[in-house]
Amino acid sequence: MGIVIKKDQWINLAIIASTLWFIWFASSHFDEYTVRILNNIAIFTILAVSYNLINGVTGQFSLEPNGFVAIGAYVTALLLLDGDAKSYQFDIADPYPWVLALHANFIWALFFAGLFSALLALTLSFPVFRVRGDYLAIVTLGFGFIIRILAINNPEITNGSLGLNDIPEFSNLYWTGGIAILAVMGILNIVNSKFGRAMKAVRDDEDAAIAMGVNTFKIKTFAFCTSAFLEGVGGGLLAALLTSISPDLFTFFFTFQLLIIIVLGGLGSTTGAIIGTVLVIGGAEWMRFLDEPMNLGFIETPALPGMRMVVFSLILIFVMLFAREGIMGKGELKDLFKRKGKK
Amino acid sequence: MILEIKGVTKKFGGVTAINDTNFTVNSKEIYGLIGPNGAGKTTMFNIITGNYDATKGEVIFREEVLNGLKPHEIVRKGVARTFQNIRLFKSMSVLENVLIGFDFQAKYTYMESILRFPRFFGEEKRIKKRAIEILEYFGIAEFADEKATDLSYGQQRKVEIARALATNPKILLLDEPAAGMNPAETKELAHLIKSAREDFDLTVLLIEHDMQFVNQLCDKVLVLDYGKTIFEGKPADAIKDEEVVAAYLGDFAHD
Repeated sequence: MGIVIKKDQWINLAIIASTLWFIWFASSHFDEYTVRILNNIAIFTILAVSYNLINGVTGQFSLEPNGFVAIGAYVTALLLLDGDAKSYQFDIADPYPWVLALHANFIWALFFAGLFSALLALTLSFPVFRVRGDYLAIVTLGFGFIIRILAINNPEITNGSLGLNDIPEFSNLYWTGGIAILAVMGILNIVNSKFGRAMKAVRDDEDAAIAMGVNTFKIKTFAFCTSAFLEGVGGGLLAALLTSISPDLFTFFFTFQLLIIIVLGGLGSTTGAIIGTVLVIGGAEWMRFLDEPMNLGFIETPALPGMRMVVFSLILIFVMLFAREGIMGKGELKDLFKRKGKK
Repeated sequence: MILEIKGVTKKFGGVTAINDTNFTVNSKEIYGLIGPNGAGKTTMFNIITGNYDATKGEVIFREEVLNGLKPHEIVRKGVARTFQNIRLFKSMSVLENVLIGFDFQAKYTYMESILRFPRFFGEEKRIKKRAIEILEYFGIAEFADEKATDLSYGQQRKVEIARALATNPKILLLDEPAAGMNPAETKELAHLIKSAREDFDLTVLLIEHDMQFVNQLCDKVLVLDYGKTIFEGKPADAIKDEEVVAAYLGDFAHD
């Protein structure tokens, strides 16, 4: 038994070390375009694994990411921009004095982005988790819309639909990749503890979980707030990567994309969420050639913008047809090793 | 006396599922709750475990009123239950299923699990050891890493009881534990419940239709019929009681 744990630890260390080496190698050797995609993959990995915690592991169907990512992005942007930069770009209305006064360095900005999201999630938990059923989906869907409308209609804070621009570009592969590693480790530590077990128990059979003395309200709130925290941080990284944000960035489509990622990877599997991110975010870029005119030898097709989305959707349909539970199902990387070891 | 039901009535709309029922269960007793379908037995379980609120009356457990407590709080006071239809956590192994029972007994916080503090490892090791001990007691330790729902029906029943015992209960509520079992399995189960009573210092309250099983096992039975108590006493006497026979077979004796 003891030897198995040690072997697991070595595998984990090897994965972390090679990821760190890859981050260093990519930032020093790859071109800007590739690094950009890797940055996106890292940020979406953070979002996908945290979204999977509430949606897949705890089994509470939720549609919250766009709301919390938006909050994280706005909090970070407002904290990173200094007073001058803010008063220069607020065109629709004059910003409140306290908005101008906000300022913090990158680490604190990300931390507050997460904290603010988590606190909002906590207030949402009280009405939502007191009752059972799909209320969470409806409430979080509405929440996303409300956040977006608040962002548009409060130009004194958010500069309305013009959004915030010239955000200092702090995000690089070390930041995004580093935080992604920490996020994945943190989530896996939760999943492999009594809290993760309780979350899965809530997903499998909530009544039976209660009969085991599990405080299901607390467990669901933990999962939801943890998701929100990491989504806030991810939103902050996104803002500091894009350097300009506006309410239109955080529509329902944003959540939908993450939902595709975690369903494709396998609801409930953290490994699956990472694989899903690489396939969806990386794959969508890689398939760009499909939009361009093509010479197939016997026929030349004209440029077909949107063609890659058609192919992408087809691939999704096939995955769902042949792997109903997603690529990884509910399993993790170590389950693959185990299964191989047995046979 | 460990459990006292005092004048409990439960109404669902206009239907009275349980009508002014009183009974007491003594410490280390195996107490049977029997009666035809729809008699209100499972409803009584759900009231004791806090899943339903009693319309009237009190549930007193170890000199403490349970009414109004949340179901998970009642479990933590020492009341564990199994379900009529086995409800194991289907994505989890046998060991993990039993570990859920230790959920509130493992003393580490959320942050300590994220940051992997020493206390996390210590507590996990402790509860895993105890979970294995329980599995060994039930003779299913060899299946610890198997998916719980891959086991045979009889073994799944054992996992469910093992899981309930993991919550360290003073009283165990078994809802039709012998349902769907063959005679050999039933006999083994009766033996297991009897020895668990001694080894875990348990009181058992069980619902069962299999009268032979009840006869073998129970010290005392309560017969319910459409919410009314019609008999309380030794199981051997229950079978002879006219009203009990009438409840089960119909009232043709008086025609």
